[in-house]
Amino acid sequence: MAQQSGIAVHQPAATRSGLSQVTWAIIGVAPFFLFALLFLILPTGFLFVGSFQDADGNFTLINIANLFQPLILKAYWTSIKVSVISAVLGALVGFFLAYAAVMGGLPRWLRPMVMTFSGVASNFAGVPLAFAFLATLGPTGLVTAFFIEYFDFSIYRAGFRVVSTWGLILAYLYFQIPLMVLILAPALDGLKREWREASAILGASSWQYWRYVALPVLWPSLLGATILLFANAFGAIATAYALTGSLLNLVTIQLYAQIRGDVLHDQNLGYALAFGMIFITGLSNGAYIWLRSRSDRWLR
Amino acid sequence: MKQSKVGPWIAIIIGTLYFVVPLIATFEFSLRMRRGEYSFDSYAIVLADPRFQESFLYSTFQSLATIIVGVLLVVPTAYWIQLRLPRLRGIVEFLTLLPLVIPAICLVFGYLRLYNSSSWLPMTGNDTATSVLLMFSYVALSLPYMYRAVDTGMRAIDVRTLTEAAESLGAKWPTILFFVIFPNVRVAILSGAFLTFAIVIGEFTMASLLDRPAFGPYLQLIGANRAYEPPALAIMAFMITWACMGFIQLFGRGARGAAIGTV
Repeated sequence: MAQQSGIAVHQPAATRSGLSQVTWAIIGVAPFFLFALLFLILPTGFLFVGSFQDADGNFTLINIANLFQPLILKAYWTSIKVSVISAVLGALVGFFLAYAAVMGGLPRWLRPMVMTFSGVASNFAGVPLAFAFLATLGPTGLVTAFFIEYFDFSIYRAGFRVVSTWGLILAYLYFQIPLMVLILAPALDGLKREWREASAILGASSWQYWRYVALPVLWPSLLGATILLFANAFGAIATAYALTGSLLNLVTIQLYAQIRGDVLHDQNLGYALAFGMIFITGLSNGAYIWLRSRSDRWLR
Repeated sequence: MKQSKVGPWIAIIIGTLYFVVPLIATFEFSLRMRRGEYSFDSYAIVLADPRFQESFLYSTFQSLATIIVGVLLVVPTAYWIQLRLPRLRGIVEFLTLLPLVIPAICLVFGYLRLYNSSSWLPMTGNDTATSVLLMFSYVALSLPYMYRAVDTGMRAIDVRTLTEAAESLGAKWPTILFFVIFPNVRVAILSGAFLTFAIVIGEFTMASLLDRPAFGPYLQLIGANRAYEPPALAIMAFMITWACMGFIQLFGRGARGAAIGTV
């Protein structure tokens, strides 16, 4: 943390060229800013401006208003539903797994195993993940066959479909849970042993320790991570597309079809659709950053 | 104080089941191609498919190009920010996090409209230009991971002293950057590189919308048309991801920071 000194401070050899050193530095970071401008700022700005323009380029709010038609609202709603459920379930299960691995008192070799596997599984997404769940829970999948063979119970006759909202949520959990474990393990490490001991000495039960000490410290991390999981699922498309084709009316799949073939027959409505997505993920990430700054105070 | 271990064990066992069963099921499914017996036929067919080889090669080149351009973009930036422009740190960090905020599909939508063949910078005019555009979109996609890895590595070394030592020996900044700083953050660069590879190799959305013959769209195509090849491909993809993460751990041992996959 000794790097806070400004530009003018120090510089033994720089008497001859204090300014040119800064100039070099600015030239050095220029490519990065050019890249950010061309591939992050301008494309997003283009979608933003396009959302508020009609086909002739005049300002209008009609595209935003048009987002509130049943088909598009339903797409947003399905996406939000899948993302919220997979984020909350992922957060809960991930919390228990992280707790078990970090402070469950289990053998020491378990923790690095859980962490390594989480690193792998959190990156195992996209099209192959869909294949894995089709092979597992599809009509002829191993688990489906297992239930028929040993329990004489067909999950398909009971109404389950892997090509459905719940099938997709189950698949999403495969990267959501490990992501939660990865984010939460450091936060659990931050819970000091002394706190638990102090509360035990004062006569607190385990429940009271969690209710009055651990959870108040952890909740910004927990909630923040859940929001991150939400945004993570909200922008995803590959798994859903490979699993269900365009059967599920997710907003990403809707946008994908729009980009490929203008299915909405309205370019600017397409921009508004994308802008709406960025608005939602932007809002949730803003909340995450805010919560993160709160949790950092305790977990230093 | 003695705490019960039943709960943690149950959590681990259920977790293990949920994560291992799909892998077993996928593997078992991939062996079913021959009627009545298990075989590796589906793997043989996939590996012999010229489209598999071409698309895999294409995506491998894409990820290597992405890594090189990403490193050249990120390392000097992190260096100058650390050394001379600490006031820009906030804005740079914000920019590197943008790809996590803006869904990939929205980014590529913007590119398609901004750089179409009749625009001021036509990058979708021919295949080579579109491949370059795809490479840049992958650089954007991996920016959060690459920057965080390199920045963590950069904070762990004393950039200022290294620079001054090199300067007093008469080195100019390109020498300092490439022969002093790069070698010192190579572990961080490597972990960023493997993470980038894991992300790019099977990426679907951007490659598909830019209509390039990458591995992701190939996977999707096979998934829509075949039965036993997709699980074989899923197993291969899982092993590739596993290998990438394994390399990160291997090289990262001793050098803490840059946790895998954390955002």
